[in-house]
Parts: sequence; structure tokens; C-alpha cells
Amino acid sequence: MRGSCRPNNPRDPPDRATAGLAGGRSKQEHEREQRLCNGEETCERLKLTAGTCQDGLRESWCRSPAVYGRELRGGVKEFSPCSSPEVEGGFMEPKPYQFEPLAQGAETAMPEWQWRKEWVQFLSRKDLPGQKPTASVCREVLRVSDQRSKMLDNEDVLLENHPRELTQNPLKKIWMPHKNGHIAHRRVCMTNCPTLIVTVGLPARGKTYISKKLTRYLNWIGVPTKEFNVGDYRRECLKIYKSFEFFRPDNEEGVKIRRQCAMSALNDVRQYLSVEGGQVAVFDATNTTRDRRGTIMKFAEQNGFKVFFVESVCEDPEVIAQNIVQVKLGNPDYMNCSSEEALEDFMERIKCYETSYQPLDEDLDSDVSYIKIMDVGRRYLVNRVVDHIQSRIVYYLMNIHITPRSIYLCRHGESDLNIKGRIGGDSGLSSRGKEFAKHLRNFLEEQNIKDLKIWTSQMKRTIQTAECLGVPYEQWKSLNEIDAGVCEEMMYEEIQEHFPLEFALRDQDKYRYRYPKGESYEDLVQRLEPVIMELERQENVLVICHQAIMRCLLAYFLDKTSHELPYLKCPLHTVLKLTPVAYGCKVESVYLGVESVNTHRDRPENVNVQRSTEDALQTVPAHL
Amino acid sequence: MSSTQRDSGASTNSTEAKKTDPRWNEKKCSWASYMTNSPTMIVMIGLPARGKTYMSKKLTRYLNWIGVPTKVFNLGVYRREAVRAYKSYDFFRHDNEEAMKIRKQCALVALQDVRVYLTEEGGQIAVFDATNTTRERRDLIQAFVKENGFKVFFVESVCDDPDVIAANILEVKVSSPDYPEKHRERVMEDFLKRIECYKVTYQLLDPDDYDKDLSFIKVINVGQRFLVNRVQDYIQSKIVYYLMNIHVHSHSIYLCRHGESNHNVEGRIGGDSELSPRGKQFAHALRDFIDEHKLSDLKVWTSQLRRTIQTAEELGVPYEQWKILNEIDAGVCEEMTYQMIQDSFPEEFALRDQDKYHYRYPGGESYQDLVQRLEPVIMELERQGNVLVICHQAVMRCLLAYFLDKGADDLPYMKCPLHTVLKLTPVAYGCKVEMFYLNVEAVNTHRDRPLGKNPRDSALIHRRNSYTPLSSHDQVKRPRLYSAGNQPWLPLAPTPSALMPERLQSQESLCEGIDFDGSEETSGCVRF
Repeated sequence: MRGSCRPNNPRDPPDRATAGLAGGRSKQEHEREQRLCNGEETCERLKLTAGTCQDGLRESWCRSPAVYGRELRGGVKEFSPCSSPEVEGGFMEPKPYQFEPLAQGAETAMPEWQWRKEWVQFLSRKDLPGQKPTASVCREVLRVSDQRSKMLDNEDVLLENHPRELTQNPLKKIWMPHKNGHIAHRRVCMTNCPTLIVTVGLPARGKTYISKKLTRYLNWIGVPTKEFNVGDYRRECLKIYKSFEFFRPDNEEGVKIRRQCAMSALNDVRQYLSVEGGQVAVFDATNTTRDRRGTIMKFAEQNGFKVFFVESVCEDPEVIAQNIVQVKLGNPDYMNCSSEEALEDFMERIKCYETSYQPLDEDLDSDVSYIKIMDVGRRYLVNRVVDHIQSRIVYYLMNIHITPRSIYLCRHGESDLNIKGRIGGDSGLSSRGKEFAKHLRNFLEEQNIKDLKIWTSQMKRTIQTAECLGVPYEQWKSLNEIDAGVCEEMMYEEIQEHFPLEFALRDQDKYRYRYPKGESYEDLVQRLEPVIMELERQENVLVICHQAIMRCLLAYFLDKTSHELPYLKCPLHTVLKLTPVAYGCKVESVYLGVESVNTHRDRPENVNVQRSTEDALQTVPAHL
Repeated sequence: MSSTQRDSGASTNSTEAKKTDPRWNEKKCSWASYMTNSPTMIVMIGLPARGKTYMSKKLTRYLNWIGVPTKVFNLGVYRREAVRAYKSYDFFRHDNEEAMKIRKQCALVALQDVRVYLTEEGGQIAVFDATNTTRERRDLIQAFVKENGFKVFFVESVCDDPDVIAANILEVKVSSPDYPEKHRERVMEDFLKRIECYKVTYQLLDPDDYDKDLSFIKVINVGQRFLVNRVQDYIQSKIVYYLMNIHVHSHSIYLCRHGESNHNVEGRIGGDSELSPRGKQFAHALRDFIDEHKLSDLKVWTSQLRRTIQTAEELGVPYEQWKILNEIDAGVCEEMTYQMIQDSFPEEFALRDQDKYHYRYPGGESYQDLVQRLEPVIMELERQGNVLVICHQAVMRCLLAYFLDKGADDLPYMKCPLHTVLKLTPVAYGCKVEMFYLNVEAVNTHRDRPLGKNPRDSALIHRRNSYTPLSSHDQVKRPRLYSAGNQPWLPLAPTPSALMPERLQSQESLCEGIDFDGSEETSGCVRF
């Protein structure tokens, strides 16, 4: 279906095409545009074109400030009337090419269906990888999109009497019901009422580990969660820790202080869940007595929270000793004593609790929702899971493990599109990218990692990188790079030129911003959740992925907020080694010594929609 | 029955094709199964009427749907074949030596079939549905598994609520072929005695000592409590998660598509267009439908596309938007008519007709991708009560295929017309389908399987939107479903010409309702 009468060279660089846009219009065309813009065409005509034109093309070619401006006033943004007559009906029954002289060079104007097809074909790299759109195709795309956005400015009058039912949020691209200018906000959340997660168990049973990890996971998937460690409250209230004596059940003052700490922690829980918009609070304390758990349940009932207990039971002395050495010796309680003393004191401390410990009981606690984790994940007892969030929590807790391991994250080698400063696409590796793949192979051989699994995306550049390693690997579609929708394979300069508003919106809230017809970082996190779950299950894994994907994965392991996430630095040709230690993750960054372009674009100072092009492009990394 | 015949024959074909493929042993089938290195045998444990068969069938349906070839081996079927006429519970007494011998023989034959399925037919998971109440039997199975290099995962169902048991007996066992045309009370009585026979020798899984090294899940009182021991791998963790999410409370799921959209009228696919006037009429009719059926505490889910949201807005009830319910992404073909696709991408169009399930639009998705995307929706649907899902044609086909246990070949051709609500109600081992046409006219958007094309003649489809080297796992065809009463022992490989009319017929019937459920019970077994 390639146009036989297209006179231009298919290898025309697209930037030339872009440059040609401004001057590339005939007088006739210009006049026609003007006529339409000025509303000189009839209403019927416009409606008709509006109806037939919006479809076919990825509608968002025409998104522009004008579009949003209108939308807020209740306009029909997604109807982008098209002014060129060759488009009219052309999509339904392709017409033969129409030759129209253009001002700059005698090039062919294509029917919309033709350039549309070719452009989209180019975007999806259908037949020839690395093929560029022809100059004339680019020109047509830009011309029409430009025309459309101009058109829209003047169209309000016509559309005002169309009552709007839905309006699309420009940032998240979500359709929202719209009544009398008021947008109804709906939070999509599976939990109807907030959940209080309560840990149960003797000291050094990994309660804090579970709490922190669970909090990190829930925050990452977008459920606002906070951890409340009663130990921290106790340390706050009792600056100096003397010895285990404090924890003896017959130490009345100690008991009183501890009770007080628990109460003030619960007060903060209430504040967080009912005022600050938290969804889940993790109450991290021993809660070893039925009495204490009863108090908590009463508290939750009064405040309308659901309670879910997480009990960790472990009898293996080795695991306990290891836990104490790893975590507790660095504890502020034991700042000033030797590790032997600390270990001894801690064992005494555990004994203080042992006497009064009442584990969750199958019969007595049969109405309570809980999970009992036995011997660090060897066995689980799950009772009365009542809702979505509890079921997610249970699934997560059943998949995590504490076997020492490392996760290696890296991006594919430098790609052809990286060099050109274009985003997305499915290009192959550059020569330096291939060099990196060889270095990566050497790196892996040096490291000599046991049972290393390698995962890639389903894109050519990661698979090429993995192929060089000479070991088996798995392809995940979920690891594919963020879908930039209409901006795929564009340079930042081009995005700024064609979609300045989109570009500014993205800088304003990069995490939530969804590309027209594409994805947001928020969408990515949802898509990557199964990957994280499987990473938690696995041991040593190397993930060869992409910039945005790596940022999301990294944010999970390093507990970064959604503000930090989209700006995490993940340079090319650098392997990050993540090793879980104590409650966190140790990161080692290994640069493999192969040069590459920089693809990191920082947040510019000016994110205003009216900013100048220079301001918008302030932080664009250098490229060809 | 004819459709099952076709299925099993075809699967033999494709299995043979696969065996010649050197990569077949490394990378079997699709996305969810690559984490399992060796085939897994799931062994049910529990007294009669504890929902073992219910769980087996449901689990099998789920696993097949996510792309892991799975099959149930119900020992009752083997036993019924060996002993044609069931007399009474006496047969199940542990001191009935002759009967014990027969029952053991049946188990051995079933295990042989399991072996053939997992090692030769390309199965990934075999569900061994029997009581397996004695350690002796379980040890026998473990020895068998060890010998063949399979993994084993036990699912024990423990239930001491007499009401639940009675309900199960009434619903399922009364219609069992063991009790033809008998009086209800007598059935119940006989069955309870039969349970007593097993109770004498029942040894529960002992998590603290004898069975502490086994991988198992104990489901206590129909999902009120679970004990999970030593989950070994991805697929086991998936199974555990699934079993923890299913419930037996009666609920109905309503599936429908958005009202007719402008694109529908124009015959274009995809896009994000608005409702047509008739589409809006449908939304009104849907509202009346909900009022009429008095669907209180109904949850409404939509996609994030405008046409479903517009439809839901008319209902005047709260609803949730799911991005993962969005229509299949047709990539470069978005917003084209079929004619345009045929004109612009004739090759793609032909490829899609050859294997619609696996075909991925350039820059878009395949039905297989869609199934993977929809998995969380299914999990949540299993958890919920009454839900109305307002979705799209391809999405509805995938959801429906899960509930009606349709294979990859039929899934993309299931009929999901506009302006029609399907009510799915789980009954016994299957799903009852009721179809409500809301009497608002709409265009037909269904494009049938092209005539004269045998989907199985197709060569492997090579994805073009992403570079896929030979080691990619998702190119191998998904084997056929075996669950829910298909007969593995039917004559092999009927000729394609013999199958054609049946395939055409099968397109006609969208809602077989529960008819596939009963088929196993009445099917004859010719192995002995």
C-alpha cells in the first residue's frame, strides 16, 4: 500500500519535514483554513466534519492548549473538526491522491487516510525497523493537527449548545462526569473503610521487617499507608534505655509507660486514618496479650476501621539470633554496649514477653481476620480475609522471603533512538549499546552469580542486550517501556513544538500525567505489580529494562515517593545492584565503562503552560 | 458432545506438532506457565461432599484460562466405568476387600493417564480429584510423582458444618449418575453412610509432623480459614491466591457492553467515541433493567473509555472505572473499519483470521494479552457479590470465556451482541447463563470466523511489533482445554472436513449454559 506517486525520498529526515511545516502551505489551503476558522463555513458542515473526522486518527493529534481551554468551558474537545476537504469521507473510501501544489517544493499533499496510515505505521515500526516517516507525511500530520487546534479556538459558539456529559481530565486522561461545570471526583479504591494492620509476636520475629516492607509495598501500589512503631514512641518518651528490666511484667512503671506509648500511637493512627486521608495504618508492636489486642479491636470498632492481624511465629533459634544481630544491635537502645551484652539483654527482653504471650488461637480468635506466619514463611494460617486489600496483603506476605540475594537492574544498551534523542520506539542497539552488552556479559561472569535469572521486556533493544549474554532469559510484556502514545519516537523538542500544553502538564505532575493514547507512571506501577511480586519470590535476578520501568522498580526497592519516582537517575550502561539489608536495601551502582548519551531530563524550573520554548527545553539532554 | 470430540482430536494434532519442535520441552505454552519448570500434580483430599470437585473444576477452568494447560482426573468417573451399576454405600466400606481392590485399580489407571497427560500431551497441571483420605494412598501418589519428576501440591478441604455438607449433597450429588431416579431422602441417607465409610480411615494432613514437608493448602470450612504449607513456586502461589479468593455465596455477575457508539454505527473498531442515540436509549433501558431486577448492592464497573462511562452515568448509581477493562488495543488498526484494514493491511488481516487468539495487532494487543490484563478483574469478580461489568466486545469475550470455560479457539468468536445483558449465575460445577436483550436495536459488530479457514492449519504467528527471537515462549499455541468433562479418550484426530459443520454450529450457540457440566457424569468410559 505504499503510495507509488509519492515523490519524496523515504529517508528524508523528519526534522526537515518539521521545518517545512510553516511555509509548506498553499494560499488556497490557507484561505480555506481561515474561512473555517472564522466560522464562514456552515454549522452543518462543521458538525458533519466533526463527526467523521475525529475517528480514524488517534484523536490526540489535535490536543493543544486551545483544546483544553475549550474543554473547561464545556466544549467538545475530542471532536476535532478537520478542514481539509480531501479528508471528508476520504477515510471511508480512499480516494486517489490529489495533487496540490505546495509553496515549498512541489510535493504531494496526501489524503488523510494515507498519511495517517503511514504515520501510524511508522510509529509502530511495522515493516522496516528504523524507518522514518517521509517528510510529506510529517508535514501533513502537523498541518492537520495545527489546523485542527486553530479551528477549535473559534468553534466554541457552535458547540456551546451541546450539553456535555463527560469531560476528560487533561492530566490523567480520565473521563469524568461533568455537571454544571462541576467535576465529580471519585476515588477508585477497593477498600471501603480504612484498615488497621496489627502485628503480633515476640521481639525479633521480624515484625518490623514485615511492617516496613508491607508499608513500602502498599504505598508503591498507591494505597496511602503509614507505619506506627510503638518502640519509637517508647524511645521518644524514655530517652535512655537501661536494660531489659524495663520490660518485666512486674515493672509497674514500665508497664504504665508502655501502655501510654501504645495509646498515643493509636491516637496518631486515628489522626492518620480519619483526618489525613490514610488508607492503611500498620501498628507495629508486640501485642502479645489477648487483652491488648482486645483494646485495639475496640478502638478500631469505635472508629470504623477494619482490623487485620499479622502474627509472626518463629521457633528457630538461629533465625532469631540472626535477626537480633542484623537489626537489633544497630538499634538506638544498644548504642553504648558491646554486641554480647546487647544480645544477652535482648534475649532477656524476649523472655519478659514469653511468659504472657498468647498467640492467636484457631478457636478463640476464629472471628478475627488474621494471617499467622510460621517459621519465616514455611507455613501460613489465614483466617477470614474480608476484602480486597486484605487479600492483597496476604498474597504479598506469602510471597516475600528473607533468603539473602541480590537484584540487578539495568537498562538496555544505548539504542539508535537514544542517540537521536527520541523517546519510545522499538529500535535496535547502537554500536556502543552492543559494546555495553559485551561488557555486561563480562560483568556477570566476574560476579559469578548463583542461579541468576534474566528478565527482559519484549522490545528489541532489551532482547538484543540479553542475547549477547549467552544465557537463557525470560521476556515480559509488562516490562515494556512506558507507552508515550502520540509522542512515541519524538524528540522533546518536537513534543514541545506540537504539544506544548501536554509537555507542560507532564512537567507539572510527571507521575500522574498520562500521554494521549499512552500511559502514565501511575499506570506503569499497576502494570509492574506482578513483576514486583515475582521479584519478591525469586532470588538472584537481572532485569534488563527501560528508563521509566527501572525508575518504578527502583522506587519500590528504595521506597521513593511518587514525586521522586519519575526523576530517579537511571543512566544507560550502568548496573544497579540491590541487596536487601536489615529494613532497607543497599544500592551499588556499577558503571561498565562504555560511553552513552544521557537520556535524563530533569524537571525544568518553569512548568507553566505559558512558558517559552527555551524554558520548556531547558533541561533536555544533549543529543544528535 | 460433538465439540469436545473436535477439541480432543485437535489437541492431539497440535501436540504432535509441538513434540517435533525442539524448544517444546523448554518453553511450554504461554505467559503464566513459564515459571513452572516441571509439571505439577494437584491432589485433592477430603471426605465426599466437601467441594473437592467444585474446587478442582474451578481451578482447572482458571488455570486453562490464564494459559496453563490443565486437566481434571476424576476418580469417580473411572470407578463408575469399572463398576457400571452402583448399588449402595456397601461398596465404599473399608472392609469390602473386592471393592477396595477395584478402587485401587481405578486409581492406578487414573495415575497412568495423568502421566501420559503431563509427559506426552503437553499438560502442565493435572488435578487428581479423589478422596485420597489415607496416608497409604497419598504415599502412593508421592512415589508416583517422584518417579516421574513432577511436583505435587495437595489441596485438602475440611468442613464440619453439616448445613454446608447437606447443601452440597443436595445440589450436586443427588444428580449424580450413582443415583438414577431415586428418592431424595434415600440418596441423602446413602450418601451420608458413604461419608461415614471414609471417615473410618480418614487421616488428615498433619502439618506438624508427618506431612510437614509437603506442599499443601488446607481449606477449612469453605474458605473461612486456610493453612498453607511450603509453597514451592509461582504456580502454586497463584493457586493458593486463587483458592483464597473464591467463595461459594450465591451471587450473579452481569456482563454487558456499552451502548452502541458512533464508531459502532460506522463500523469502525476501537477508538473512544460517544454513544449513539440508540446507545443512550440502551443506557436508559439498562437502568430500567436494574430497577426491575431489584439489584440492590450491585457494584458497577466500567472501563476508562467514554462509551462505557456514559452508559454507567445513566444508571444513577456509583461505579468504578478500571483501566484494565479498556477494549483491546488495535494498534495501527484503531478506528478503522474492517474494510479499511483489509485494504491497508491485507496481510495482517489474514494473519488475524488464521489465529485470532494469538494475533497481536501491530503496536497493539492480542486476545492473549487481554486475558493476562484481565486476570485481576477475574480475581476481584470471584471475591465480589453482585457485579455489573460494562465493558467491550473483546473484553466481554475474555470474561465470558472464563465463566463458560471456552478455549482459545472459540474465545475470539463468542457472540457478545450490543444491548444485551448476560446474567451469569454459578450453579453446581458450572455457570448458568441468562440472556436479556433490552429491546433497543443496535448494529451487529460480530465478525464470524471466515468460512473455509481452518485455524489450526496456520503456521506460528510471528509478532511484528516487537522483536521476538526464537526463544520466545508465547509463540507456541495454547493447548486445548480439557476441563469440565471433556473426554480425553475419544477417537483421535477426526479429519478436518468432518469437523467443519460442527464448528459452524458451535458458533451459533453462545450460551450452552450448564450443559457442559453434566456431560462428564453421563459420558461413557471405554478404557477398561
